Amino acid sequence: MGSLWGRLDDVQHDAGYDAHPPRMGFFTDTSVCIGCKACEVACKEWNEVPEDGYLLTGMSYDNTAQLDANTWRHVAFVEKPIETVDLGMPGLGAPPGTHQATESGADGVKWLMSSDVCKHCTHAACLDVCPTGALFRTEFGTVVVQPDVCNGCGYCVPACPYGVIDVRKGDGRAFKCTLCYDRLKEGQTPACAQACPTESIQFGELSELRERADLRLAELHEKGVDVARLYGRDPDDGVGGDGAFFLLLDEPEVYGLPPDPVVTTRDLGSIWKHVGAAAATLVGVGVASFTSRRLVPRLLSTSVGRRR
Amino acid sequence: MVPEPEFESYYGRPILKQPTWKTPDVPLYLFLGGLAGCSALLAEGAAATGRPELERVARIAAASGAAAGTVALVHDLGRPERFLMMLRVLKPTSPLSVGSFILAPFSAFSGAAAASQLTGWFPRLGRLAGAGAAVFGPPLATYTAALVANTAVPAWHEAHRELPFVFGGSGAQAAGGLAMMLVPVDQAAPARRMALAGAAVEILAAERILQKGLVAEPYRIGLPGRLMTTARNATAVGSAITLLAGKRSRLLAVLAGATYVGASLATRFGIFEAGMESARDPKYTVVPQRDRKQDKLSG
Repeated sequence: MGSLWGRLDDVQHDAGYDAHPPRMGFFTDTSVCIGCKACEVACKEWNEVPEDGYLLTGMSYDNTAQLDANTWRHVAFVEKPIETVDLGMPGLGAPPGTHQATESGADGVKWLMSSDVCKHCTHAACLDVCPTGALFRTEFGTVVVQPDVCNGCGYCVPACPYGVIDVRKGDGRAFKCTLCYDRLKEGQTPACAQACPTESIQFGELSELRERADLRLAELHEKGVDVARLYGRDPDDGVGGDGAFFLLLDEPEVYGLPPDPVVTTRDLGSIWKHVGAAAATLVGVGVASFTSRRLVPRLLSTSVGRRR
Repeated sequence: MVPEPEFESYYGRPILKQPTWKTPDVPLYLFLGGLAGCSALLAEGAAATGRPELERVARIAAASGAAAGTVALVHDLGRPERFLMMLRVLKPTSPLSVGSFILAPFSAFSGAAAASQLTGWFPRLGRLAGAGAAVFGPPLATYTAALVANTAVPAWHEAHRELPFVFGGSGAQAAGGLAMMLVPVDQAAPARRMALAGAAVEILAAERILQKGLVAEPYRIGLPGRLMTTARNATAVGSAITLLAGKRSRLLAVLAGATYVGASLATRFGIFEAGMESARDPKYTVVPQRDRKQDKLSG
């Protein structure tokens, strides 16, 4: 049993790998995302993820709506009337006013675009609550479902603090991003990162991505983009840091991300302790029910005391 | 009334995924697990103190509760034919895994004990099986609280200290209530005491959950709120009848017992639905986390 909470520098070793490649991940820099959805398409195509309906949501240009069993990359479109800032998108020479968080047209609406994905948490609740062992930690430190083992119990679904994994309707099993486990094994880049035209989705060794993200954040802050912040980069956060983390230009909840997620297994010890105390109370209630009339009230007062 | 907290979200969409667990399968299983687990305790006590009618009823309740609960659980799976995958590994981090290793032996023991009781075959082995069921009974009645609490669903997770007592008390109430309905009053005294004690534990623990502020709001309003209120009122009525007339009138004992069973059912469905609502509304995820984050930053 691996560790359940807190900082963890070698997640693969914790999962039982003695020798292993470096931990791989994504850094999604949303400040250069142009909302093209190439990542969504590349992911669907490579992983043969089935279609999930043609729904008009009314949510700006986002008709994908959410991450789920059939959507492993989701581009969010936030429309907001905010002041414009030149982010100095590197290398592409786009004219001012055409990229992220800039004014669009006469009505002054601005977009924040962000390509969301499974976070491949250091402490992954989906993996830890899975009763069959279908979810496992790969040698790259990513979290993957084995479809031949999953029996569709659905426990991973409410366990995920980000609402990523879901059960596929009509199939019954749970699915999510594999961080292209098959491509990683061949030394290739995941399909979404490969397809991203602006390098908003960057793939690489997690330690290196973190350094790169710190540099980018400093650069943006220097340019006066104070709203820029990293999300999921901190290895001391509630999930031990994300394997896929982000640079955001607003509060996380604006993008549909939880502001301060904590993995449920942090409290696992307390949960089992209270289950044990409650079971012991039941034994007491059972014994008392047959031995004494007066014992029941006495027992009640102690059981309530124990709970505190 | 507490004013509605202001918060931002992505077009009001949920952050968490709602559990894919089906109703009535899962709340019914929560109820049946409690009923069966506590009935096994009643059966062993009845056997030890020479109450054959109580023993018979409680053994059958334990076995059929476990069997029906197992059917509900398997039916809830996305791939029911793969239910044996549950016993592929034993993971202490997964209450569903631990629970499978409680439910499986409990079902075997309680089934064997009930079969021996009904047929009269192998009475000693039957008694031994009954003792085995009584060992696994209390964990069966309470582990389901860990099952729902060990999730990101705020209404469930934040109640993880109280839910095991709510579930245990609710199970004792159901087992005692069912026996009060089916056993003559002169043999049902332990069932009455178990139901009364369970009701008291359940009400006290549930009350503590209700006081948890915004995170407990789903337990107070809407459908789950109505279910929880109904459960609490029914528990109070059942307890009043039991205390006043439980040992005198068979008719009133049946009425009180049925009220207890109904209250236990309402509690389980109420808690289940509160969790669904808690996952559905981003408010319950964002507001407490945002406040926590601000506390961290400021201090």
